[in-house]
Order: sequence, then C-alpha cells, then structure tokens
Amino acid sequence: MSDYRDIVRQGLWQNNPGLVQLLGLCPLLATSSTMTNALGLGFATILVLVSTNMVVSLIRSQVPNEIRIPIFVMVIAALVTAIEQLMQAYTYQLYQSLGIFIPLIVTNCIVIGRAEAFASKNPILPSMLDGLMMGLGFTAVLLLLGTVREILGQGTLFDGADALFGPWATVLRIEVFKTESHFLLAILPPGAFIVLGFLIAAKNAIDARQKSRQVQTKEIVRARVTHVASNETSAG
Amino acid sequence: MLKFVSKNALLLGTAAAVCVLLVASVNQLTAPRIAEQVELEKLKLLQEVLPAGAASAELLQDCLVLQQPEVLFQRSAKTYRWRQNGALAAYVVETTAPDGYSGNIQLLAAITPDGTVLGVRTLSHKETPGLGDKIEMRKANWMDSFRAQQVQSTDDKRFAVKKDGGQFDQFTGATITPRAVVNAVKRTALYLKQHPELAEAPANCQPL
Repeated sequence: MSDYRDIVRQGLWQNNPGLVQLLGLCPLLATSSTMTNALGLGFATILVLVSTNMVVSLIRSQVPNEIRIPIFVMVIAALVTAIEQLMQAYTYQLYQSLGIFIPLIVTNCIVIGRAEAFASKNPILPSMLDGLMMGLGFTAVLLLLGTVREILGQGTLFDGADALFGPWATVLRIEVFKTESHFLLAILPPGAFIVLGFLIAAKNAIDARQKSRQVQTKEIVRARVTHVASNETSAG
Repeated sequence: MLKFVSKNALLLGTAAAVCVLLVASVNQLTAPRIAEQVELEKLKLLQEVLPAGAASAELLQDCLVLQQPEVLFQRSAKTYRWRQNGALAAYVVETTAPDGYSGNIQLLAAITPDGTVLGVRTLSHKETPGLGDKIEMRKANWMDSFRAQQVQSTDDKRFAVKKDGGQFDQFTGATITPRAVVNAVKRTALYLKQHPELAEAPANCQPL
C-alpha cells in the first residue's frame, strides 16, 4: 500500500512532470493560455498516459529489450490517434480548439518517459496509477498556468468552458476585470515560460522550508563498506 | 544472428499490424459520428455566412456538385443555392485554398451571382496556431472583412492582401495564409460570375 501512496506523491509533487522532470513543455506552454484549453489538454494527456501505461505494462514480458522503444512509440501513436478520433466524434468543439496539440501528445516526452521508466518494469495496476498521477500532476500545472495566464492576459476565468463541459458551462465564465489592452506577454509562450519559472521557484521554496522544519539526522560516513546496503543511512 | 534479427523483425511487424488494426477499427467506428459533426458544423457556418433565417433544410437540398478542380481545388465541391422569391440570391460554395502555409484551407463562401461576397468561413485548416489561425472567427474577426466586397473582374487589384496592393489586411508575421484565402475567394467568385448557368442547373448532390 505504501507503494501506491509513493506513486501518488511522486506524480503529484516530488517528481511532477511539469515542475520537476520538466517534460512536455511544448504543449504545457502553448495550450495553457486559458483554463479551458489547459483542462482539455490535461484530460486528453491523462487518458493517453493511463492507457499507454496499461498496454505497455501488459506486453512488457513479451517485448524484447532491443525493440522496446519502437514498439512503445507505436503503441503510443496508435492510442493517441484512437483518442483523437474519439474526441473528434464526441467532443468536437474541444477537438477544434485544441487542434494540432492532440496528435502532438504522441511527442510529449512524459508519455514515452513513463512507459520506459515505470510501465515497462511494473505490473498493470501500479502502472495505471502512475499514469494517472503523472497526468494529474501535469494537469495541475497546466491548470495553474492557465488560470494565471487567463487572468493576466484576458481578465477572465473559464472563458470558453462550453467547449469542454457543454453549453450550460457558459455560466462559469467570470470576468475578473475588464481591460481594453490585454497583457500580451501573458498570452504568448515567453510569458508562459516566465510564469512556469516562478511556479518552479515556488515549489522549490516550499520544499526547502519543509526540509528545514524536519529534524536533521546526522549521517555517518563509512570509511570502508564491507557489504553493500542500498540507500541506508545511519542515525547518529 | 539471422534468427535473432528475424524474430525481432517479426515481432515488430506483428506489433505494427495490431496497432494499425486498432486505429483502423476506431476510424470505422467513429466515421459516421464524425461526418455528423462536420455537417452540423457546416450548417452552423451556413447560418453565419448567410443573412439570418436563410439557412434551412430546403437550402441544403438545393445542392449542386461542382467538379472544377482547377478553380475549387477539390475533386467535387458541394454548392448550395439560396433563393429569394424564386430568384437566386447567393451560392454557398465549398472551396479550397491549396496554397496555405501548411497545406489546404477548406472554406465555405456565400457569394452572389454578381460576385459580391456575403460571408466566408473556414471549415478546416492546418495553419500555425497564433499566427495563421486568425482565419478562424473564434480567434479574430478578419473573415468579416470580406463582407459586401465585390470581385469586379480578373484584374481587380483591390481583391488582394495589402502587401500585394490590395485592400485586405494581412496578419503580422503571417502573409501566406491570408493571401491564400483572399485568392481562393477571388477565384471562386470569378468562376461563379462567369457561369450564370449554374443558377438553374439541376440539383445533384448525393444524399449523405
């Protein structure tokens, strides 16, 4: 069980794809201009991550080491294409606003990264959970970026939510302030980069504060190691 | 060695076949629903390019297939005809701009028989997000600049982007996209103007 809790913590915070691993930056910066787009891409990425991790984990014992990368890439491409067609059929508005970024999920390094680093070495359920958590972690960063950029750039929240949730969702649109001149930098990718930098700094600051609050245990440095013990530190 | 390579090659081939099978079956399963969505979108756009209340089921029935690949750059293009009091008020043509930045741009244009544009909308495109995609109404109002503009003749210099001496704005950082759209609209309007017999040609679109 602690395994599962660890997977959750890794995906959401300690090894967050957007803030720590710094993977998938292209879609992260390009589609986080509004909350709706951010959420839409986040959902699609979670779907892809969970399904590819599941499939890769299923076939992991059948795939020889030498050809594992081409096979993983094929699996990812096939699944993303299938999901894209499903989106075109059932969520047409969202498909139109995300446009080219749906098939670009194939090139999102998080997907191949998790397939290789986790799903190819772990059973199905943990792999699916890892996919879900990494996806959620990515979506959280997407959403945070989307919120900041939408407020700064357009002065609204949840603009265009009907593309994601259906026609009733137009009520969700909140106009935080009205502005004639939009803060252009926030809408463009360089602005996204800068905001992301602040987010990473904030996360590091939180981590540093948490660490300094914990009691430090002294680590005894062994002069000579007689038997290899993995990751053990002795408490002083 | 050969055995090793051929075993891997076989595995790769099998995996590829399975992936293709998956994609092909999803494609088949979703095709009718996607076609539905595309038609719904077209109807929505028809309502945007024509005056209010003009788009109707009747309009969709009065449909002509144009096979003019040199003009419309499609193998066969559907054209709807909007009539008011029995006379033809406008054609609504599916046309393509083949010289977009990243390939074909599919357009829907409502044009009167004398070459006046009532409205144009983009059906689909692959232009660069943030630059060329201003041809979408959801991104910018540029398409409105076609409204009530008439193509006078083949050498109508005004029907071009400003960079080519015409009246239409181009986008900062993206000239190819608006130029392609303007040229496609001009070409289509000229064709309709030069073929008045299209007004009475019998409707011949295949039902969906």
